[in-house]
Amino acid sequence: MVAVKETLDQVQTVEKYKFGFVTDIEVDQAPKGLNEDIIRFISKKKDEPSWLLDWRLKAYEHWLGMEEPDWAKVGYPKIDYQDAFYYSAPKSGDDGPETLDDVDPEILETYKKLGIPLHEQEVLAGVKNVAVDAVFDSVSVATTFKEALSKEGIIFCPISEAVKEYPELVRKYLGSVVPYSDNFFATLNSAVFTDGSFVYIPKGVDCPMELSTYFRINASNTGQFERTLIIADEGSKVSYLEGCTAPMRDENQLHAAVVELVLLDDADIKYSTVQNWYPGDENGVGGIYNFVTKRAACRGKNSKVSWTQVETGSAITWKYPSCILQGDNSVGEFYSVAITNNCQQADTGTKMIHLGKNTSSKIIAKGISAGRSQSTYRGLVKMMPKAEEARNYTQCDSLLIGKKCGAHTVPYIESRNQSAKVEHEATTSKIADDQLFYCRQRGISEEDAVALIVNGFCRDVLQELPMEFAVEAQKLVGISLEGSVG
Amino acid sequence: MLEINNLHVNVGETEILKGLNLKINAGEVHAIMGPNGAGKSTLSYVLSGRVGYEVTKGSIIYQGKNLLDMEPEKRAGEGIFLAFQYPVEIPGVSTMNFLKAAVNSVRKYRGKKEFDAMEFLKFVREQTKILNISDDMLKRAVNVGFSGGEKKRAEVLQMAVLDPILAVLDETDSGLDVDALRIVGEGVTALRSSERSMLVITHYQRLLDYIVPDVVHVLASGKIVDTGDKNLALELEKNGYETYSEAAA
Repeated sequence: MVAVKETLDQVQTVEKYKFGFVTDIEVDQAPKGLNEDIIRFISKKKDEPSWLLDWRLKAYEHWLGMEEPDWAKVGYPKIDYQDAFYYSAPKSGDDGPETLDDVDPEILETYKKLGIPLHEQEVLAGVKNVAVDAVFDSVSVATTFKEALSKEGIIFCPISEAVKEYPELVRKYLGSVVPYSDNFFATLNSAVFTDGSFVYIPKGVDCPMELSTYFRINASNTGQFERTLIIADEGSKVSYLEGCTAPMRDENQLHAAVVELVLLDDADIKYSTVQNWYPGDENGVGGIYNFVTKRAACRGKNSKVSWTQVETGSAITWKYPSCILQGDNSVGEFYSVAITNNCQQADTGTKMIHLGKNTSSKIIAKGISAGRSQSTYRGLVKMMPKAEEARNYTQCDSLLIGKKCGAHTVPYIESRNQSAKVEHEATTSKIADDQLFYCRQRGISEEDAVALIVNGFCRDVLQELPMEFAVEAQKLVGISLEGSVG
Repeated sequence: MLEINNLHVNVGETEILKGLNLKINAGEVHAIMGPNGAGKSTLSYVLSGRVGYEVTKGSIIYQGKNLLDMEPEKRAGEGIFLAFQYPVEIPGVSTMNFLKAAVNSVRKYRGKKEFDAMEFLKFVREQTKILNISDDMLKRAVNVGFSGGEKKRAEVLQMAVLDPILAVLDETDSGLDVDALRIVGEGVTALRSSERSMLVITHYQRLLDYIVPDVVHVLASGKIVDTGDKNLALELEKNGYETYSEAAA
């Protein structure tokens, strides 16, 4: 009977999104809808200089003339941009909290439940030395280890603070990788972005700890528009992680973020994402619309950027972390696992734009589709005329679980240089019945067998994550696919 | 320990087993021999619970329980092990990880404490020597790029660590050269005990030189048509299966 009880317990936990709780706090919200006044309201809340307000307004004006893109293989009802809140912050006096003592205890409790430590003596999932910037709806509520980092000259703070404290740096680089006119969602973000993280690693500094930002959408009917800007100066090195969760709600919520990375000579950035926004229920009700623009500019020679993403959440994912390989010998890497279950849709991939000589890029993308979900890899590899001896290797593998899901691969290759080399490999497979039976004959339950086989399938990507996070990601892979077989 | 009564099994529309009877006591090693297509592999899959093998009549009682009610993983927990004729590849999953997942699942089912990584490593190393399995092989993905001999040795290793009560070996000798046959045969023989029964399914007698059976059965056209001691296997080797095929038809 033990087994029967276990089965019952298991059934209870299947399909449960364990981050789906809501924090009940008082909020300071902008009125619903989007217009110039709302943008002025946000800018005023953040006490921004006029150049930034002007930039936001320019973006807004541009956005009004733009069409929402429809080329991705995702379907969703038309988004009413007037039916959402664009600013929502926990109430805590006029300014943001100065110390953790000023943060609403309910919020601290939320991060505790999520396993994100905001007290510096705490550790994150067994990892020591992780500095965390916690963004709750539209504002950053806490950033840890700021002082320790500043001794090395490293700046790690909310971008709203950087605008005030380091205006030259922000003004020089904001929008320099993703201009305000870039695309529909990035332009919207430029107009209404609320907070996000800012990182500057000075010349020659190897950042002594992992930096991470933890995004949480809490408020109902609210969009999250964060903006992250990381600048790695000559010869510097940093590893940065981001994680995301949201409550279970039956309306769709919009998340349109922009991430810009700037790399000067010999700089090295490793950017890892574990995206676990609420995916909606098994009938496709609710969930986050995740429309994100991420781009790295390898401006300096010998610079290297590596994107690793594990995308398990969101109702819709539309995301193409890209690398502009401008500096000679610069390297871009993209490692991706995208898991879709139930009614989730993911259209994700990368762009590798080779401008400099001897630049190289590598793309390893793994898509896993279960339920009635659809997963698309969409990628562009572009070799520009001056990209002598540039090379790319792309490998896209899709794994299907069940008969109602779909996997699609859409690679675009453009080469304008005779000496450039481009390789592309793609496979599509199913979890075979004989693999499942083999595992089950060895005593492994069907759910565990699926998790095991899928983790094996994703191994090349998961091993790129910082080790402790790889363990978390492996568990997440299992959880995301619960209920996908049988 | 195991009692199969009047077992009829269909695969699709075709009846493969047609009234099979078999009784195995604790600690006994039985061999089942027979021509191709007699239903030998079907028997192994029915015992382990593979989908697509439909029991239309008859029963299988294992340790006093109705085996046919159980899911495959539960049967494994209860002590049934199948050494596959064609072990399955699982890319990206190291043999070590796979073994650990399997052993801990079974230990959990049996109410034993699960091993942590260090304990497990020690536990496995005790078993790998006799089968000539290197650490390097344990790091490789399950059965991926394994030679025929490596695959079968890995199957016997799994059998050793999962501590079964009834081990079914389906054509474990197929694809093995003489040396590999000896290693595998000796590995299996080392696992014989008074609490463990074995059902060795084979086409040829040669495996039985290493795993000496207590009882030999001949399976032809879906039924046990003859039963004897190990000498029966030697006779079959000499005379072939023809007489049985005719008798069954």
